[in-house]
Amino acid sequence: MTDEKLIPSDRELQEMQYQMMVTSAKPKPPLLRNVLGAFVIGGAICVFGQALLNFFKSSGLAKPEAGAATSAVLVFLAALLTGLGVYDSIAKYAGAGTIVPITGFANSIVAPAMEFRQEGMVFGVGQRIFTLAGPVLAFGFVTAWLIGLITYLFK
Amino acid sequence: MDYVKAFVVGGAMCVIGQLLIDLTSYKITPAHILVGFVTGGAVLSGLGLYQPLVDYAGAGATVPLPGFGHILAQGAIKGVQTKGLLGAFSGGVEASAVGIAAAIIFGYLAAVVFTPKGE
Amino acid sequence: MSSVKKLGQQTYAFTNPPVFAGAASVVGPKEGQGPLGNQFDLVLQDSLNGEQTWEKAERKMLKESCQGAVKKAGLTPSDIDIMMAGDLLNQIISANFTARDLGIPFIGLYGACSTMFEGLALGSMLIDGGFADYVLTAASSHYNTAERQYRFPTEMGVQRPLTAQWTVTGAGAAVIGVQGQGPSITHITIGKVIDLGVKDSNDMGSAMAPAAADTIIRHFQDTGRSPSDYDLIVTGDLAAIGRALTEQLVKQAGYDISKNYTDCGILIFDPTQDTHAGGSGCGCSAVVLTGYLLKEIIAGRFKRVLGVGTGALLSPSSTLQGESIPGIGHGVVIDAYNLGG
Repeated sequence: MTDEKLIPSDRELQEMQYQMMVTSAKPKPPLLRNVLGAFVIGGAICVFGQALLNFFKSSGLAKPEAGAATSAVLVFLAALLTGLGVYDSIAKYAGAGTIVPITGFANSIVAPAMEFRQEGMVFGVGQRIFTLAGPVLAFGFVTAWLIGLITYLFK
Repeated sequence: MDYVKAFVVGGAMCVIGQLLIDLTSYKITPAHILVGFVTGGAVLSGLGLYQPLVDYAGAGATVPLPGFGHILAQGAIKGVQTKGLLGAFSGGVEASAVGIAAAIIFGYLAAVVFTPKGE
Repeated sequence: MSSVKKLGQQTYAFTNPPVFAGAASVVGPKEGQGPLGNQFDLVLQDSLNGEQTWEKAERKMLKESCQGAVKKAGLTPSDIDIMMAGDLLNQIISANFTARDLGIPFIGLYGACSTMFEGLALGSMLIDGGFADYVLTAASSHYNTAERQYRFPTEMGVQRPLTAQWTVTGAGAAVIGVQGQGPSITHITIGKVIDLGVKDSNDMGSAMAPAAADTIIRHFQDTGRSPSDYDLIVTGDLAAIGRALTEQLVKQAGYDISKNYTDCGILIFDPTQDTHAGGSGCGCSAVVLTGYLLKEIIAGRFKRVLGVGTGALLSPSSTLQGESIPGIGHGVVIDAYNLGG
């Protein structure tokens, strides 16, 4: 009985053979170009963030407040560029370079909310605004709470 | 020098994201990158590994999503230190309140003001 | 006892082959800039088509293509016995609304991107069987409505992988009738649902290729024909990767289709249009058939064409639940034999 399990069925063999055909037919992603795009554009967003941070610090804000103000400005700009239809055009070249910075979080909030506006303000905008932000906040809050709990128990 | 560090470290984090998308299974979508980087940043921060990166790279470490996780985690830790167990619930949310509220408020306004352009 | 019209296992030959009486196509701006751009009846200026939503825009395209096909056949909607149409949106809503507006007795179809060929196959059976004089078949898809239903909102900053295909914004409609002069449907081969375990919804060409190959091989076996009996063998929306795989799979069964085989998803876009693997969607095979292939057959450039409409029968939830993608391919033979001359 165990022997039968070890030998793949005809169907499994067929699927494995086809999977190999698919793998060799698929084009490989242009890794160098993608990585370069992500590095340069992602890096540039962080440099812009650094400039904002320096500006807010020099205008007298404390460190955490300056950081929060930087995030708010970046989020505002990303929301604006998404609304204007520019953000996804940059993302085509930047890949993760426009996903990983906080601007990617803003884009993931605006894009579904804007696109589902026709389904109404509550089920369209209100609900869809959390399509991707919801999972981020859920996992973020739970992780932070766990870390707080561990700190409480073992401090 | 601030700017060079921010560029290199911030860019490098984006490269990690790009490699995860391109080299791993198709199941890793941008949504998984968003969630994974925030959670990963929180965990690194909880282990005390993220603060040194923030000290070194400034916005290069705070602008990418792990920086958001870092704020959540540090908020929860400080919350516990000042308010006890209740702080585990409130600390992270309080520390990240500006960023989250800004994202939802600006997101809402953008969704109401603009219409999607499509292809 | 087997049916007198059935050949082999899955193919049917018609004793009175239905004739294409009229056909029309409407496409979006990107398709209008493609290699077949000047072949289509109407090219939209923008993807909203003067409407408030993309869903309404898709519906309007479908309606316009149906009205165009009926008009070109020299008929009015009341002359059509049955309309068969479908699209990609939930509960084939575009087709439902179009049928409401046209007031033609309606059978809604869902064959994903194979819907146009599914409709032609069923419509031909109704006509050859004596149940209808005229059948209208149509299908539509729209890039923006499909993206937001199946993938991400269009303004989300995501990089599309190279295997991804671009959903065609377009609608195609055809009226087939019991008599007249025009290209005829002589055989159909109804496909089986084939699934070789491809799960990546960004690689639908690979998911559908086994189904397309199965139908092509079955068609040759059932009819005793070979690839050289056709001037053109064309699949619906496999695009570049799916096409290469289909060619290999058919070759493994002993048929070489490399000389006369292409795919609608390759024909409709130029590689410079940044669509990656090529076109897809219900509209892809529908507009290439009605806007280009039928005209080429009428012009005498192709005498006999085997079209295989291909469909990826996935749903957004099946993808999220990690299921593989079932594929289907329906074959329709279009012959120029009674064009006269």
